Formats: sequence, C-alpha cells, structure tokens
Amino acid sequence: MSLSSLATAAPPVPTVPTAARGYWLGVARRTLRDPVTMTCLIILALITLAAILAPWVVPADPYKTSMIRRLAAVGTAGYPLGTDELGRDMIARLIYGGRLSLQLGILPVVFALVIGGSLGLLAGFVGGKTNTIIMRTLDVFYAFPSVLLAVAISGALGSGMGNSIIALTVVFVPQITRVAESVTTQVRKLDYVEAARMSGASAVTIIRVHVLSNVMGPIFVYATGLVSVSLILGSGLSFLGLGVKPPEPEWGLMLNTLRSAIYINPLVAALPGVMIFVTSMCFNLMADGIRSAMDVKG
Amino acid sequence: MHTDIALPENVDRGGPAQPLLLVEGLRKHFPIAKGLFGRGGGAVHAVDGVSFRVEKHEILGVVGESGCGKSTTARLLSHLIDPDDGQIIFDGEGVGDPDGITVRELRRNLQMVFQDSFASLNPRMTIEDSVAFGLKVQGVSEAKALAAARDMLDKVGLEHGRFGGRYPHEVSGGQRQRVNIARALAVNPRLVILDEAVSALDKSVQAQVLNLLLDLKAEFDLTYMFISHDLNVVQYISDRVMVMYLGQVVEIGPVDSLYGNARHPYTRALLSAVPSLEPGVRTAASPLVGDPPNPVNPPPGCRFRERCPHAEAVCAAAMPELAAVGDGHFAACHMADPSSGHSAAAPEMPS
Repeated sequence: MSLSSLATAAPPVPTVPTAARGYWLGVARRTLRDPVTMTCLIILALITLAAILAPWVVPADPYKTSMIRRLAAVGTAGYPLGTDELGRDMIARLIYGGRLSLQLGILPVVFALVIGGSLGLLAGFVGGKTNTIIMRTLDVFYAFPSVLLAVAISGALGSGMGNSIIALTVVFVPQITRVAESVTTQVRKLDYVEAARMSGASAVTIIRVHVLSNVMGPIFVYATGLVSVSLILGSGLSFLGLGVKPPEPEWGLMLNTLRSAIYINPLVAALPGVMIFVTSMCFNLMADGIRSAMDVKG
Repeated sequence: MHTDIALPENVDRGGPAQPLLLVEGLRKHFPIAKGLFGRGGGAVHAVDGVSFRVEKHEILGVVGESGCGKSTTARLLSHLIDPDDGQIIFDGEGVGDPDGITVRELRRNLQMVFQDSFASLNPRMTIEDSVAFGLKVQGVSEAKALAAARDMLDKVGLEHGRFGGRYPHEVSGGQRQRVNIARALAVNPRLVILDEAVSALDKSVQAQVLNLLLDLKAEFDLTYMFISHDLNVVQYISDRVMVMYLGQVVEIGPVDSLYGNARHPYTRALLSAVPSLEPGVRTAASPLVGDPPNPVNPPPGCRFRERCPHAEAVCAAAMPELAAVGDGHFAACHMADPSSGHSAAAPEMPS
C-alpha cells in the first residue's frame, strides 16, 4: 500500500499545529542561559538606563566647578568617585558622559547598518556587475586604517558630535556591506531561493520573505560587535579634540582633559577609561554570546 | 484537483498528441570567469545543442555522470538561467514568443524538486508557510493558500496538524522531501522536474517517495522529468530514458528498448557499471576508462571517442547525429548510422 493512501485513510486530525519552537525563541532561551552574556546585558542596561535617566539619578551638577575641590581622591566625602581637574563631580560627569558616548557608539552603527545592509543585500542578490561596482568602490575605504579614516573625515568636516557620527558611519559602511554581501551571496544560491523564483515571486518579495530573515542575524551580530569599536573610535575623536567640545562630559574627552592629572590622581584619571573599557567589552561579549546562541542548526 | 481553491485551471491546450515540452537546440555556454580587465576566453559547454520532447503524462528519465549537463538542462527549462540559444515549446506554445506563453506562465506550469531537501526549504519558515508561499505569490489569499497547503501536505502523507507548524530542521530528510514535493505541486503545475529528488535519501525512504510520486502523478495528471544518476531508479520509474554525455544527448528511447538494447557505447558502459545483486555476476574491471574531456574545449567529432573502444577516424572527423535505431529509439553514434562509414556500422551491431 502506498503512503498517500495510508494518509487519506487516516482519521481527520485537529488543525491545531504543534507548538512550534521558533528559531528566535531558541536563540532567546540559549542567551538567557548564558551567564556571561546575561551579565553583560545587565551591565549595559544599567549604564544605558543611568544615561537616559541622568537628570533624575545624578545627585550633582556635572558642570559645577570648584577650585578648592580639584582632583579630590576617590572616596572623598560628598564625592564618592572624586572630582576632575576643575573640581566637577566625577559620578555626575561619568553618568552624563554616557549619554554622548553611547550615542557615539550606537548611532553610527545604526546608520551604517541601514546603508551598508541595503548596499550589501543589493550587491549580493543582484550579483554580476552591480556587485563588482559596489564592492570594489567600497574596497577603496579599506585602503585606510579605520582610525585614520575617521580622523581624516572628522578633520575635514570639522569638530562636533554630528560630524563625528558622520565620520564613523562612513568608516563602518564598507565593513557592514561586506558582511551583508557575503551572507546574501550564500543565501541567494540556495535552492529555496531558486524554488521561490520558480513560483514566480518578484525579487523584492524574495528578498523580503526569504533573504532578509536569513541574513539579518549574522549582520546584526556583526553590527553589535562594531558598537564597541565605534565607542572607542568616538572617544578617540573626542580625545583628539575632533569630537565633542568641552565642557560637555564625554568619556573620551574626559580622558583627555584628565590626562595631565595622571601623576597626581591616577585613579580618577583612569575612570573614564574604565567606563569605555567596560562598555565596549560588554558589547563585544554580548555579540559573541548572541552569535554562539544563533550558531545552532536544529 | 484542488478542492475549492481558486487557481487557474490547467487546460490541455495542444491536445493529447501535442508533446507537453519540445526542446530544440538548447545551448548554454558559461563563459570562464574573466578578470576585471583581461579576458579569460573560452566557455564551459554545459549544454550544447540538446533537443528532445516530453510527451504528456509520461516520465522521462535523464541519466548521465556528474557534469554532463543534466541539472543545467533542468535550470534552462525553467528559465532559472537563460539559455544562449534554442527554443522551448510548452504544449505547442513557444516560451517567450510574442504569441506564446511568458516565462512567468511557464513557471506556474513547471515546478522543480531539488536534491538537497534542507537547502530547498527556508529554515526560518514553517513547513505550511513554505508550501503556501507559491500560491500567495500567484495572488491566492492568505487563508486559502494556507488551506490548500495543508491539503497538499496531507496528500504527500504529512498530517498537517502534526507537521504543518514545524520548521524544516524538525522533520526527517524523507519528510522534508515530501514537503518539497508538496510545495512544487501546490501551484498546480503540469510538468515537474525532479532533479535528483530521491538521490540523497535512504533506499527504503527512496522507495516510499518514488511510490508517492507515482500516486501523485496519477492523481494530478502530471508529467515528470526525472533526473538521476541512479540507473536502477530510472529504470523503475521511467517510460522513456534520455542519456546525456558532456552537454549532449547521446541516446534516447523507451526504457525497455534502451536498457535491453543500448546502441551507444556510452550507454552500454553505464549499464554494465550498475552493480549487480547476483553474486555470480560480477564486473571485473571498470568498462570505462579515463575522465570525460574538459567541457571547456570539447574535442571535435564525437565527444565520447577518446574513451570509446570502437573509435575510428570518422569519429574524430564528424559529430554523430541522433539516428533512429528502433521504434522511438535514437542514438548519436556513427556505428548506428550505416551511411557513416564506420566499419562497425552495419544493420547488426557487434555485441
């Protein structure tokens, strides 16, 4: 007896599908079970929340200078983390600094994700000459070290937060495009995309339904890893005087202005660096964790 | 047919005598990847002047070793890649002709099932969504497409209640291939190209899927083109068999005639290489020596002559044409053509 006749002979079954464990649910579950990733996630959430809610959680004014309280040590009464070279409260400045620093870390990556992701999808899906033109043009950017490129663009555009974000976006677009292009090229050649073409679907439908869902994961993970790079580069630009201008609190700028105090009060001078280090490490480890959580077939 | 689903009906336009698919001089040369500036020159002659027809409601088996152009032919027929030359006539209507049918129409009538059951399904889509996708693209409403998809899953032996909501990695290889078959049949095609569709499956599962294919063929009045390198499976399922070598058809004919009285030396070599289940019947040495010639620069004349034990001067001079050697049985060999001048070209073949 053939199987199809067996199937038609079988009694009707309820049309309720079994609880399908979706792929993303599995990823979320594996992420929740990973202590390192969860720790990073919590730290980042705390830093972000503190930055967003700064006016409400910060006890002191980050701009208020005090000539007699300059470079107070960590643990001074009223200033748990000391004061900077102009006597401003370090806690307040670190928390407020997170606002600009996180923006410098996240916004360029988001912009680059939109631009680079689209370019990469286009290059990967269309292939041929389009691919060659897009990818070889972007290769030009690889000729410059990313730090140098960011400094050069920032320098050309002039200092300021907006220009720093533009400069960093330009640095990240080629990198994200390259990742997006390579995963799209892989997916495009798979049989399910061919089968979708066989069913008469348009390129836009195929990209929307079949390609995006399969390439977004790797691209997103890569972008998360870039946030830490962006944070460090952005701080570097501020450090060089190409980014945020004093007296705005920003971790890279604070590191620069406290540089001269490194022999007098090294602990306080290192604090902005600690913040940059912790935040970027957390973004890196989180990207790693999500990547391994996603790297499971079945 | 589909119960109450609004789908364009499949009209048998050309009548029963009209072949469902007529392929004339199909050719595809892949240019060798050239650098940005220099030209590499040369091209892989993947499919080189292939002509054949597929009758209505038959199963045409296509065999040949790796790289002989079987899969390229399938992709050319479905216009997944564009042919360089040649004509494809579907039920009497030229594909892409002004008064023929469009590629889009052809694709609804022609579906493919691929070898790799896992790569053929979107890993982020449930099985029933994958099956319903083609119908949605055709403009069928979401609910109706899903209902038809579930119906089709039941027909391929997968209860939709148990399997419909699963993801491809949650079912076995045989079940996945059933999903792919359901997906291909959901859009109500007339011709299904099975490109090594059962090759990756276990023997026992293979038999189940083959039987399922035969049942579905009867139920939906389908025509199959069955591409495989497994000669036993092809013999079991096919009505006619086409043998390809290096982008060309070397022999085509009814399955019994071709398996019983192969006229092309290549077909005979292939058939003698099939492992026998009889302990007494063992092939001592490989009947075929050497590799197929480089498809970039195919030798002039007969493409098989460098490996052929019967090769003579005429084989290098002229390319043999397909000549009738029996009822509906054609072979492209000088030995099958009495006028060729080959010493073995006589009405009786040397055995």
